Amino acid sequence: MKVVLQNLTKTFPSRNKKVHADVVAVNNFDFEIADGELIGLLGPSGCGKSTALNLICGLLAPTSGKIFFGDDDVTALPPENRGVGLVFQNYALYPHLTVQQNILFPLQNVKGADRLSKADMLARAREVAGLVQIDELMERRPSELSGGQQQRVAIARALVKTPRILLLDEPLSNLDARLRLQTREELRRIQRETQITTVFVTHDQEEAMSISDTIVVMRSGVVEQVGKPQEVYDSPVNLFVAKFLGTPPINVFKGKVIGETLFIGDDAVLTVKGVTNREVYVGIRPEGFTLADSDAVSDNLLRCKLNRVEVMGRDVSVVSTHAASESETIRAIIDAESAPSFNAAEVGFTVKPAKVFLFDSRTEKRVFFEV
Amino acid sequence: MDKRNNKAWLYLLPAFLFLGFFMIYPLIDVFVYSFEEGYNSASQTFFGVGTYNYSYVLHDPYFLQAVKNTFILVIITVPVSTGVALLISAGLNSIKPLKQMFQTIYFLPYVTNTLAVGLVFMILFKKTAYSDGLVNLLINMFGGGSVDFIDGPYWAKMFVLCFYTIWVVMPFKVLILTSALASVNQQYYDAAKVDGTSKLRTFTKITLPMISPMLFYLIITAFIGAFKAYSDAVALFGTDLNAAEMNTIVGYIYDMLYGNSGGYPSYASAAAIILLVLVLTITCINSLISKKHIYY
Repeated sequence: MKVVLQNLTKTFPSRNKKVHADVVAVNNFDFEIADGELIGLLGPSGCGKSTALNLICGLLAPTSGKIFFGDDDVTALPPENRGVGLVFQNYALYPHLTVQQNILFPLQNVKGADRLSKADMLARAREVAGLVQIDELMERRPSELSGGQQQRVAIARALVKTPRILLLDEPLSNLDARLRLQTREELRRIQRETQITTVFVTHDQEEAMSISDTIVVMRSGVVEQVGKPQEVYDSPVNLFVAKFLGTPPINVFKGKVIGETLFIGDDAVLTVKGVTNREVYVGIRPEGFTLADSDAVSDNLLRCKLNRVEVMGRDVSVVSTHAASESETIRAIIDAESAPSFNAAEVGFTVKPAKVFLFDSRTEKRVFFEV
Repeated sequence: MDKRNNKAWLYLLPAFLFLGFFMIYPLIDVFVYSFEEGYNSASQTFFGVGTYNYSYVLHDPYFLQAVKNTFILVIITVPVSTGVALLISAGLNSIKPLKQMFQTIYFLPYVTNTLAVGLVFMILFKKTAYSDGLVNLLINMFGGGSVDFIDGPYWAKMFVLCFYTIWVVMPFKVLILTSALASVNQQYYDAAKVDGTSKLRTFTKITLPMISPMLFYLIITAFIGAFKAYSDAVALFGTDLNAAEMNTIVGYIYDMLYGNSGGYPSYASAAAIILLVLVLTITCINSLISKKHIYY
């Protein structure tokens, strides 16, 4: 089921009596979710992503704008008539019911002709339980389950009514690191098997990147960028998006372009065609550095004071400092095999142009250049 | 018993001493009195030991009347007061404007002086030389005849007693249930809403189980409270409850000790033990039933 959000806006009245301006939680959302897609709403906490989810779900009514499921305008429909399944952050399993009763609950709500017979309900519950692999837990209470199992039950409960859209609110945030990885795969598998259009909300960029078909990066109620995870990572539209995606995070420097040469501090690092004399922020991905031979005398070297080297197995992470850096340290990730021994106080890097992004120093918008 | 255990016992000792002195010893004493026939508290003498006290009490028409009254009171007031309190709390919980004000209003009876409440009930129900009372006025308006609620037929007096009891116990229950309802996580309601659960089903399948521990607590205390009813009857019908046919078990015990027909601590003790057994049995049954239905 395709989902279309049209100029969707949600404002809340301000709690602060001195400030009468409304709080805009979701500001003019305008995008389309293709059928069968897994889409990740990504942003820091408080950016309005959960509000956006609740708008799609129908628990909140938009201040303005429209929501379409396929060709149906569902803006005015209450949640139960939208055919959505929602998985809450804390799962919200009914603690007094067994797993099976929890999964059956939505089916038992149905009245009239659509109501399944008892046997059919059980069969349907067993089917989704099999899908999320909790067949053996049907008689347990939620308090007797681990976090990961509870989450599967919550997903089963959301899926049992065969919703048109599946919504997940921070689905992995209550799980420990290992379980999170595992459940991530699981979510992806379930989504592929059911082919159901899925929207999930997260503040964890790694999570969003790894399983989404499309990510929507949000900041203070505004959509900053929509795209395939790799595209967004490789070509962020502004400094916020560049900073938000990627671990370790992107290194940001204050720089300027003189002629067509990019300077970071006093180091000329790159020739940037198409950009002339201006102040910029320079973002360089950690994997965008190449270690220069210490003897080599090159023009395009970023010279940094070496701080320490962290060995991470396959890679090494070179931590150094530079006067023009926005953060305290710069982190460069380089291949362990190509790493020489580090004993010098200074290291020189050449940069890979594809991993370097320029942003206007005032608007923080991307400034494109040719290599 | 190791050292740490000794320390624990030491901490428990003060409370234990007080409990033993003021609770357990008197309880045993009452038990002993109940088997001492013709005990006289002034001379500390008795004629013999046996079950005559029980036999006397169980054959005393006043006691049987008191048991009947108490049971009617329990059977009517416990479910009605709990049910109505639940409705009021659910209502209070779902209104938004002036919520605090309504909560205060419903809690007012709890902090109102009993005598003032008694006065209000007089105005409502008492037949005087000048007026038949507000309730009779209403009955007359709809074409019925006046009923003497305070000195009249048995059912009328019982109605007033039940009404009064329910009125008095209601605010506390509303208070407890309102906070119990407010503590149910909103997410469960959101989940139910997304799943298309009807209001009634949400209430019976989600809200009630969630607040069941509180509800159980209220029902148990309501049972015990109703079994121990006495002062309400006195406030409405005066101290000569036997004459008014409105005596309760506790009232009977009091009368046996201090009332006009008093001076019989043995009979009072026997009646007290019978009451204890009744309350204990009902509470045990309650606990057994609740184990099946209460989710903690």
